[in-house]
Amino acid sequence: MKICCLVKEVPDAAVQKRIDENTKRLDRSGEKNLNPFDTHGIEAAMQIREGGVADVDEIVAVTMGPDSAVRALHKAVALGADRSLHLSDTALEGSDVNATGYALAKLLSSEQPDLVLLGQQSDDGECYTIGAVVADHLKMPSLTQVIKIDVADGKLTCERQAEYGYDTVEVDLPAVISVGDAINEPRYPSLKAIMGAKKKPLEAKATGDVGIDAGEVGEGGSKTQVLAINPPPEKQAGEIIEDEDTNETVEKIVAWLDERKLI
Amino acid sequence: MSGILVYALHDDEGNFNKNSLGAISEAAKLASEIGGDAGVVVVGDVSDDAAAGLGAYGAAKVYRAKSAPEGLAQPIVDVMAKVIADEGYSYALFGGGLLGFEIGAGLTARLNAGVTMEVTAVKAQDGKLVAERPVLQDSAIVDVGYVSEPGIIIGRLNAFDTNETGGTAEVVDVDVELSEWSTRARMVTRGEQRGADVNIEDAEILVGGGRGLGAKEGFELAENLAEAMGGAVAATRAVVDAGWYPYAAQIGQTGKTVAPKLYLAAGISGAIQHKVGMQNSENIVAINKDQNAPIFEFCDLGIVGDLNKIMPKLTEAIQAKKGG
Repeated sequence: MKICCLVKEVPDAAVQKRIDENTKRLDRSGEKNLNPFDTHGIEAAMQIREGGVADVDEIVAVTMGPDSAVRALHKAVALGADRSLHLSDTALEGSDVNATGYALAKLLSSEQPDLVLLGQQSDDGECYTIGAVVADHLKMPSLTQVIKIDVADGKLTCERQAEYGYDTVEVDLPAVISVGDAINEPRYPSLKAIMGAKKKPLEAKATGDVGIDAGEVGEGGSKTQVLAINPPPEKQAGEIIEDEDTNETVEKIVAWLDERKLI
Repeated sequence: MSGILVYALHDDEGNFNKNSLGAISEAAKLASEIGGDAGVVVVGDVSDDAAAGLGAYGAAKVYRAKSAPEGLAQPIVDVMAKVIADEGYSYALFGGGLLGFEIGAGLTARLNAGVTMEVTAVKAQDGKLVAERPVLQDSAIVDVGYVSEPGIIIGRLNAFDTNETGGTAEVVDVDVELSEWSTRARMVTRGEQRGADVNIEDAEILVGGGRGLGAKEGFELAENLAEAMGGAVAATRAVVDAGWYPYAAQIGQTGKTVAPKLYLAAGISGAIQHKVGMQNSENIVAINKDQNAPIFEFCDLGIVGDLNKIMPKLTEAIQAKKGG
């Protein structure tokens, strides 16, 4: 069984993020990191390998992004992936969700995985959607926000919290599964694994190598357009009470709630 | 026709989801502005009356695919893609929630369409729809337009309000052949309840507890206050991770999104990851001993003080008021 883990390089959580006024895209300069949600996808792959029920031949970390994204792949390999694949091409810049999903699906097709795992969201954008977009381009079944995976007999039994409680869903392989962060506690990479990560095979691909139609990606291939960027509406500052006499404070709170018919 | 197609989710008893009904009302309003109708897709076992009843929220036409199963996204993608192709809808609109995200995303790939998610508002401009999406932890709002039709819009939870105008919808049964890959995921059990978790998304009053409660035992303060007020208890990710409270009560980026009438935050600093899950509450009251806590920047009433002193007395005062 071959598992591909989609990973993404995102601006570090501590970095103050901004939008570039000219390109209307996220300014991705500054410190970057592997999307923390994707570490749960890698951990899920490792647990399937170590679980002993399914025979995992290979775990491949896969990303699309600029040159710096190589660092996210190194981290993914340090966490357990055997090798990695990097799709990088100026033609991809400015791709929207559908264009990104299409490009990733083409890249994944070249690997023929039995299972694609990814984090349910990225810190910087395409929340909850990219897994399902990739899956439909690949014509594979998919499930998102999964918090438990069991593998047996060429299929998965997945659990997740949906609108009405917990759903248990059986999914045939090959499939695309995005995982929530409640699924596992990602391990810390060993120093040896971190040191060895750069020596593991890393293959660079351009759009032409995996049959991506350049007209379908990048800004030109995108179907959405950012028309404007506005500040959020100002919220009026609320009333602040410093608690000096608690009885008096409580009286004020009760009066405030009562006035708004909340009691 | 510049119509807008909506998917309406229902539970096993046939009750429609609040976010879906809100999306129907929003679609009806927007469609009238761009010169079209709101259509609705339902799947599975939905009675004639229930389907026609969606007209009360603004649906002109309801497409019912009886043979497609409810609860999994890809069969519904098949149905919506066919209805859009046959009937020429210009947009698909989804209320917030897990399934809306999945169906919207699948439809995006299927139709090679543009998608905007986490949308908080939609406006009509020159006969087209523009979606407003907060980005960068809500520090900016981008207006997103669509280069081609159809455009897919996925709302944030509770983004669209229901509006009952009365009326009935025309119900049309549609026969859709499911894609091969859509049949390769099967629901085993749906909507299983685990533990004594209350549905915090439907509660009108929520008491949210954070690190400031000090320990697992501190949640008793939140529970007592919630009980006195007739509300439920919610929690931040930090305390769920610490094992103080069950995951089902977690609010925020990786938990649930709520918009109750009153959200009383006890010992919650108001980090953005939590804020996104509760900022649409009608009234936010915060109790925190740190006067620099970010929550004081967006609450309606803030109390700087020791919650161990304030909460028991507040609970008593509310009990007394209700009793008297």
